Amino acid sequence: MVKPQKTLNQQLLRYGLYVLLGVAALVYLLPLWVMLLTSLKDVEEIRNGTLLSLPGTINFDAWSKAWSGACTGSTCDGIAPFFANSFRIVIPAVLISTLVGSLNGYVLSLWKFRGSEILFGAMLVGCFIPFQVILLPMARMLAMLGLANTVTGLVLVHITYGIAFTTLFFRNFYVGLPKELISAARLDGAGFFFIFRRVVLPLSTPIIVVCVIWQFTQIWNDFLFGVVFSGAQTQPVTVALNNLVNTSFGGKEYNVDMAAALIAALPTLLVYVLAGKYFVRGLTAGAVKG
Amino acid sequence: MNEKALPLPETGSVRPVALSFQDRLAAQLPKLVLAPTVIVTLVAVYGYMIWTGLLSFTSSRILPSWKFIGTAQYSKLMENDRWGVSVENLIIFGGLFILVCLVLGVLMAILLDQKIRAEGALRTIYLYPMAISFIVTGTAWKWLLNPGLGLQKTIRDWGFESFTFDWLVNPDMVVYCLVIAAVWQSSGFVMALFLAGLRGVDQEMIKAAQLDGASMPMIYRRIILPSLKPVFFSAFVILSHIAIKSFDLVAALTGGGPGYSSDLPAIFMYQHAFTRGQMGLGAASAMVMLGGVLAILVPYLYSELRSKKNG
Repeated sequence: MVKPQKTLNQQLLRYGLYVLLGVAALVYLLPLWVMLLTSLKDVEEIRNGTLLSLPGTINFDAWSKAWSGACTGSTCDGIAPFFANSFRIVIPAVLISTLVGSLNGYVLSLWKFRGSEILFGAMLVGCFIPFQVILLPMARMLAMLGLANTVTGLVLVHITYGIAFTTLFFRNFYVGLPKELISAARLDGAGFFFIFRRVVLPLSTPIIVVCVIWQFTQIWNDFLFGVVFSGAQTQPVTVALNNLVNTSFGGKEYNVDMAAALIAALPTLLVYVLAGKYFVRGLTAGAVKG
Repeated sequence: MNEKALPLPETGSVRPVALSFQDRLAAQLPKLVLAPTVIVTLVAVYGYMIWTGLLSFTSSRILPSWKFIGTAQYSKLMENDRWGVSVENLIIFGGLFILVCLVLGVLMAILLDQKIRAEGALRTIYLYPMAISFIVTGTAWKWLLNPGLGLQKTIRDWGFESFTFDWLVNPDMVVYCLVIAAVWQSSGFVMALFLAGLRGVDQEMIKAAQLDGASMPMIYRRIILPSLKPVFFSAFVILSHIAIKSFDLVAALTGGGPGYSSDLPAIFMYQHAFTRGQMGLGAASAMVMLGGVLAILVPYLYSELRSKKNG
């Protein structure tokens, strides 16, 4: 086939298209760029310059203050301790909810029993309810269990309301596995867990990556559960960031605010840059199939 | 679909008389594995919903009390000016947020679907805000929109002395600031949904239409966009879900202010239930939110299930 010659008109249209897409990209990048610039300026430069003016000298004072010296409500140790809290919450919550989700998904796709579809539907409701409706009872329950304001309590809450999503991911993935694989293993006398470990898990790498990324992003970015169920010492980084920004003694230090916001965003941004493909797949899988 | 996925192999016409305990355990294993999740869901989703529902009929304040007062909390809620403002805000915010996200999402997806060089990089740029917490988004936009040092000052310094952009501190306009920040965060995601949908459109049909002499805009209007109806539908459900649950963004960007002019129901619920000692009223507002979500979700799920049965 001969490539049709492009007319001048078509070529102009093509340029216009690229300009439009480029401008849109700049608009999306602008907030991040401004945050970065602001975090590298000192207060004087911020007051005298514009959002887009470049810092005279690049200094990381705001970053180090945000990390270890800024006031976040009751303490003035920066957001470092809360950054660590977020990891202490995220890691166990992600691992456990992924493990439970994979087992649930395995049962709900390859070991269906009478009523299992209804149970699956009932579980999915957990993806959709506005969490406001469970906050008050959950707070009472955590208090009764002695877990109010603890990291353990927050981990449990995140597992509880994350399982619906992780189950959905794994179930939809396992439904697509060839049935013969499993029936052959069963004919050979292999049991439930043996098949899971030896046959199903080795095939699960892509969905595990999707699920871990999804859960990591969700839990790291959570604010509602953090603000309701954590104490002054156990806050996740999102809550600490919000306190830092809204703590107002003396002059506002926007450079410190922006540095703290960037620090809080860094882990999920990093995951996105490194594994964007899986991130998008999780979003669309969770969204379209849900 | 409802049958067992994997019927156990028949070992003959006669069933074994007695199963050993181990065999019986093995047969129940799938149910046992699922049991903890089922119990947790029953308690922490359904049980808590009922619990909150009951609380909403009591006079609970700082601590729950089980003195039932009928629907008094709901009438109090309906008369509450602040609740009225938050619901009105949700309608404005949610409506605009959904509309703008859908329009931008479709447009960007169509533009990106023209065999663009560097499509991957552009997609990455449009979508990255979705990886960020709403708290970070709120913090960033609070800085950008702040009239003293943000966009307003920047554009004035560029020579447009009379440029005014003070929505963040203007009670009548502050809710639109929420829309701007939320659209920035979520429109890339809608774009990704539509792009995936566009890639799934039957190329043969488009080729056939082209051979018949249909123009590209015509093909988009008559063939491609109608076939994306399910994507519109699920994007709508997801976006309305985000809108109703919006809490973090308001907390970080406006704190509900000035005054309570940018309150949303989620903020109202949190403040009354947890900081103002109005547990009963907070519970009632949570139940109304649940009602709102169900009103959108039930028709969606119903149509999903029906289309699956037909398909």
